[in-house]
Amino acid sequence: MSMTQKILSTHIVKDDSTSPVIPEIGEIIEVEIDVIMVHEQLGGRIAPEYEKLGLDYIKHPERVVFILDHWVPSPTIDASNMHIRANEFAKKYKIENILGENKGICHTVLPEQGFIAPGMIAIGSDSHTTTYGAFNCFSTGVGATDICNAFATGTLWFKVPEPLHLIIKKSTFEKGVFAKDLALSLLEEYGVDDLIYQAMEFSGPGLRNLTISSRVTLANMSVEMGAKNAIFEFDSITENWLLQNSYYLSRHGEHFNSISCDEIVEGKSKTIDLSTIQPMIAKPYSPDNVSEVNDCIGIEIDQGFIGSCTNGSLEDLRSAAYILKGHTVHPDTRCVVIPASAEIYLEAMREGLIEIFMKAGCIVGPSTCGPCFGGHMGVLGDNEVCISTTNRNFRGRMGSYSAQVYLASPATVAASVIQGKITSPSTYME
Amino acid sequence: MNTITGKVWVFGDFIDTDLIIPHAYLATSDPSELTKHAFESIYENFYQKVKRGDIIIAGKNFGTGSSREEAVFVLKQMGIAAVIAESFARIYYRNLINLGILAIQIENITHAVKNGDIITIDCRNGTLQNTTTSETFIFPSFPSFIVNLIEKGGTIHFLKEKLGKH
Ligand code: SF4
Repeated sequence: MSMTQKILSTHIVKDDSTSPVIPEIGEIIEVEIDVIMVHEQLGGRIAPEYEKLGLDYIKHPERVVFILDHWVPSPTIDASNMHIRANEFAKKYKIENILGENKGICHTVLPEQGFIAPGMIAIGSDSHTTTYGAFNCFSTGVGATDICNAFATGTLWFKVPEPLHLIIKKSTFEKGVFAKDLALSLLEEYGVDDLIYQAMEFSGPGLRNLTISSRVTLANMSVEMGAKNAIFEFDSITENWLLQNSYYLSRHGEHFNSISCDEIVEGKSKTIDLSTIQPMIAKPYSPDNVSEVNDCIGIEIDQGFIGSCTNGSLEDLRSAAYILKGHTVHPDTRCVVIPASAEIYLEAMREGLIEIFMKAGCIVGPSTCGPCFGGHMGVLGDNEVCISTTNRNFRGRMGSYSAQVYLASPATVAASVIQGKITSPSTYME
Repeated sequence: MNTITGKVWVFGDFIDTDLIIPHAYLATSDPSELTKHAFESIYENFYQKVKRGDIIIAGKNFGTGSSREEAVFVLKQMGIAAVIAESFARIYYRNLINLGILAIQIENITHAVKNGDIITIDCRNGTLQNTTTSETFIFPSFPSFIVNLIEKGGTIHFLKEKLGKH
């Protein structure tokens, strides 16, 4: 059984609770949901749809986590009104976990605040909810109506996905190569639709060379390949991360419903050798329009962005600061840096990273999605070119329809903003 | 959910949710204002050109990108009767079903239709005919669970009935 199947099978809604049920691949099943993440969408389509049901309750308000992150602090009247509608709904239906607008980006904050645990099922009103699979759980994004369904019943239907086993061979990344480069290499191979409805299951002896931040980047971008979810096998890295997280300990104790990967006897699989990965870049206008950074050297850029739920972790900020230290951003380029959460921001301050960014001439913003979706704080103008650590570069994603976005690792973005043009991180690595 | 006949609008591959409804407009709470921007970068003033009962035909990975249900909601507002695509992005497919819009996957369909052709979909027999060219395609029948949701007009109506009974 795949890890995804194992988790789904322990959550199946069944009439007779004695017999274990093993769901078949392709079967449509109803499962209990452990965590329901909602953000601004709560004030968008979720609230008006839920009101139509005429219910005066949410079945499990303790399972709902509500956060504001896309437009914080609000840049427009419309966005403020959306926040007001969302907050009113959360109060009216007694949602128990209200995180407000000062914590950071949903996918970074939920694990950080201990809401995500191995073996659970989490859904969210956001396509990048796949991110939590880094912590050995099943998680996926859904639309507003699915959220309403889960609010009302505590359950949701899923088609059991077919697994794709990604086995990391004993290997490590070369210097200047990161999980983002691996994610982009996978996009080069699978395109944006090869893995629709599938579960990406990561395991293998090289897994221990992928930090939690690396796993987050990979699970995050699995949705760019069309995957339903991505899941990483539980190991000592998962365990240590959770044990060091006081929020996790206070919610779950030192207990894990860890899910391990059986010996892979069937299903599609691919072996990954980390040492063969090169710095990669996705060119406009699709995350699978991938080539090596070396093939794009010299393309002039107007903006660099380091942040988002894909690459706004402390580790990401460290790798960017390592390169930017003692350098300045090119005078014709602006560089926006946004730590993915307030906790990361604080730690980056303590470590002196924020000072490095500011001395280099970067604009450091409060934790928000902001420029990632063209919302605020770095929206691109006509024909502007941006190199970004985010996950999508569709037309219009970060602003003007004519703007062009290149996706790369924080190290590649940092090297590029110094030169004002796309630059290999190896230029700044001793 | 027996037969549907309507005029088609043809779209290419990889029409993402930003092309269906740009993120910048999502904060508005006015449905008609939102709908004005549907597909605006592909067909200017699409909302004025489209008629209730029209059908969308698209290429690969239709609806890829964000989970925003607005990208299906605007179709519902415009009265789109069905969406046929060579493949769908996963969340978009769920959203179509959840809002009670018929979603059918047929390989290479974009090569067999032009804008303005009239097609007839027979859900019971799983056939789609381009009545302009007489070409016919087949598709597998839907699981009863999905038929039920669509016949009820979407998940909210389905839930209302289900929860109302308890
Ligand atoms: S940072 Fe970007 S991808 Fe992540 S949740 Fe925010 S808008 Fe979505």
